Amino acid sequence: MNDDLELERYELFEGPAYQFNFNRRQFLKAFSGGIALIVPMSDLVARTLQQEQGESGSGRGNQRVPDEIGAWLHIDESGTVSVFTGKVELGQNIRTSLAQAVAEELHVPVTTVRMVMADTDLTPFDMGTFGSLTTPRMAPQLRKAAAAARETLISLAAEQWKVEPASVRIVNARFVNHDASKSLTLAEVAKGQKLVKTIPADVKVTAVSDWTIAGTSVPKVNGRDFVTGRHQYTTDMKREGMLFGRVIRPTAMESKLVSSDTKAAEAIPGVVVVRDGDFIGLAAPDQQTAVRAEKAIAVHWKAPGQPGNDELFEYLKKNSTVSSRGGGRPVGSIADGMAAADKKLSQTYTVAYIAHAPLEPRAAVAEWNDGKLTVWTGTQRPFGVRSELAEAFHLPEEKVRVIVPDTGSGYGGKHTGECAIEAARLARASGKPVKLVWTREEEFNWAYFRPAGVIEVSSGVKNDGTVTAWEFHNYNSGASAIQSKYDFPNQNIQFHNSKSPLRQGSYRGLAATANHFAREVHMDELAHLVNIDPVEFRLKNIKDARLKAVLEAAANAFGWGRKKKGCGIACGFEKGSYVATAAEISVDAKTGRVKIERAVASFECGAIVNKVHLHNQVEGAVVQAIGGALFENIQFKNGQILNGKFSQYRLPRFSDMPKLEIVLLDRKDLPSAGSGETPIVGLAPAVANAIFDATGKRQRSLPLSS
Amino acid sequence: MAKVTSLNVNGKNLRTDVDSQTPLLQVLRDHLNLTGTKYGCGEARCGACTVLVDGQMMRSCVTPVGRVGGKPVTTIEGLEKDGKLDPLQEAFLKADALQCGYCTAGMIMSAKSLLNKISKPSREAIVKHMDANVCRCGTYARIVNAIEIAAGTAKEVA
Repeated sequence: MNDDLELERYELFEGPAYQFNFNRRQFLKAFSGGIALIVPMSDLVARTLQQEQGESGSGRGNQRVPDEIGAWLHIDESGTVSVFTGKVELGQNIRTSLAQAVAEELHVPVTTVRMVMADTDLTPFDMGTFGSLTTPRMAPQLRKAAAAARETLISLAAEQWKVEPASVRIVNARFVNHDASKSLTLAEVAKGQKLVKTIPADVKVTAVSDWTIAGTSVPKVNGRDFVTGRHQYTTDMKREGMLFGRVIRPTAMESKLVSSDTKAAEAIPGVVVVRDGDFIGLAAPDQQTAVRAEKAIAVHWKAPGQPGNDELFEYLKKNSTVSSRGGGRPVGSIADGMAAADKKLSQTYTVAYIAHAPLEPRAAVAEWNDGKLTVWTGTQRPFGVRSELAEAFHLPEEKVRVIVPDTGSGYGGKHTGECAIEAARLARASGKPVKLVWTREEEFNWAYFRPAGVIEVSSGVKNDGTVTAWEFHNYNSGASAIQSKYDFPNQNIQFHNSKSPLRQGSYRGLAATANHFAREVHMDELAHLVNIDPVEFRLKNIKDARLKAVLEAAANAFGWGRKKKGCGIACGFEKGSYVATAAEISVDAKTGRVKIERAVASFECGAIVNKVHLHNQVEGAVVQAIGGALFENIQFKNGQILNGKFSQYRLPRFSDMPKLEIVLLDRKDLPSAGSGETPIVGLAPAVANAIFDATGKRQRSLPLSS
Repeated sequence: MAKVTSLNVNGKNLRTDVDSQTPLLQVLRDHLNLTGTKYGCGEARCGACTVLVDGQMMRSCVTPVGRVGGKPVTTIEGLEKDGKLDPLQEAFLKADALQCGYCTAGMIMSAKSLLNKISKPSREAIVKHMDANVCRCGTYARIVNAIEIAAGTAKEVA
């Protein structure tokens, strides 16, 4: 595992970080003509200044990355601009924002840029679409590739006209000479060329202040396909002779198959039953028959006793070990810091397991042709899923192709390939393409959850509001954003691995939500302890100008100075971007139900690439955060999920929407960071602090209640 | 078992041959290749499967196809007329009222049903009507804005 690429333990599952199969030689073989600009893998993984600032305390040097292709841009002889990237579109609108970056540099309309994404046979290796990395890492490299392509094309046009390259410009996707008396199209310049270049180190990209396409609110490039229902998600695909799959699930996790009788199901015409170890599945000509066959299978499982919610937090602490990752070395001395404090506080915070509940459940269509497996599936890690498939079926990776259609969201929940493997297993047995779409119940029971966790915080503070000591222990939920931008002189911050009773994995923002929740509620408690306004108290402990700026922006837009009862605020930093969230709540006197009446989120992620889509992402993250803050809580016992359907698991809905204001700070002088995750972290602590403000009762567990 | 042999969908009489208990959603998607209507939860709690029957919304995942025999069914595919989008479809694009887009068809069909009943609904009426539809990406405010644009009551564009 390349340490430089590892984000945290929940972000990646087992499997190699690299599966190099697309080297230069193979690329040249596939390359037919025109002009291609290659983005080397090493450039993609090189840290941007932004990331360096964002991941403090890592202290790891850049590892040498082999000289492989990470992405490329191709202008063919007909003038079509194509971008090849292994990134996945799941609603975060990178199909649009990456096309914008390329269109900007090439001076062509966004709609003429063809994005070829997430197809392991067509696009170069990519680790996966997660960690808010597309914008800070992929976009700048594609921008450079496009800029280099532009310079190459200009030189070629100049050569044709026998003029100086400096006199050639691109206007409206045409090359024109100094007095515009001659012009050439992209196709006319690219025709007859067979040029492959690696992006030169010194290529000049357009300054952010000169952006005319990037930085503007270009609409979703394939938006029309979505509002007409024409877009084909994995769940919508149909292949010739395709069967519908079902998997027979155990009654509880960790179950072993004791016995099964599949004879009656096998007798149904057209039904193929697969029994392989503890896997039982079937494929049938239509869904009705599949359900009938499923009911005809008699199966007996045995499951061990397993912990439930009631003992969860005790269990996580009891089974914990100190992790070498996250936290980092202590700073200063906690003992000295405590000795210098006027007041001390120790509190425990908890977060529940929650589900991603992407509206498109896991799905895969698998097809075998002459020993080669092709799987269409909605995953955030097409190359990772290819590895899983290759391993499961003992195939070399070149015999497996994974294609990811633009997918019905993921939020970190679609990193794994179990559905793809199941569909492929059924397809192999039946000799026909098989579509497997997980039911909502399967999605709740057999995917994975955001980790639950326990966080213990002990601190000391002076009466003037200076925090003198900060001890922070996170059990199980993760190390993301465990470090803060607060200026604490004495710190001891630890992440403790634990044994999770439920399968857990990445979730939008990872543990940044849990760590911000504990930290920002604790900060609010300290502010009240020393009788200082929560905004003022935070500002007193922040040196970082960008964090100050978002906090002040949120406070101003919210009208913090003239706030009513029932308001709270929180701020934070993660993955190169800054957020502050203020919330006003009401508590129903009869039911005790908490309603978020109003919220302001300010967000800064460097230079803004697409304001409307950024606004949409930030707003969406805040709305998703409402669920984790107020309702979402997986109930479980003995390996069974007790509330695994939408009628039992409360998601944020229209009527939960607060009056929401998003304040975007555009820092054109700073590189763009991703925005899909960080805006989710501020709402829960802001609401917890608002509940205290309203009721005087301190809430320290997510989901919150009054 | 009773069979359903034809359905009136998007103004056309389409032949099919399914058990009358089959959920309408499966018939539309698997038998008639109208995949714009989505499966989300199977218990009428997310609205992704919403279609119009006689102009009013129905959750097709829990509707046996036998119940809609002979009645006009409209799916998302039926809204675009001669290459011209329905005002709601236009409004969803204008308001950027989608991220992953998986809920979009159900949202548009639910909104269509509302506007068929009330041409200029209040914001409260929109929220109440749409509350059984889930957008996990959280674009609710934009969807409300889109419905108001289509209804001609939008005060501001997001």
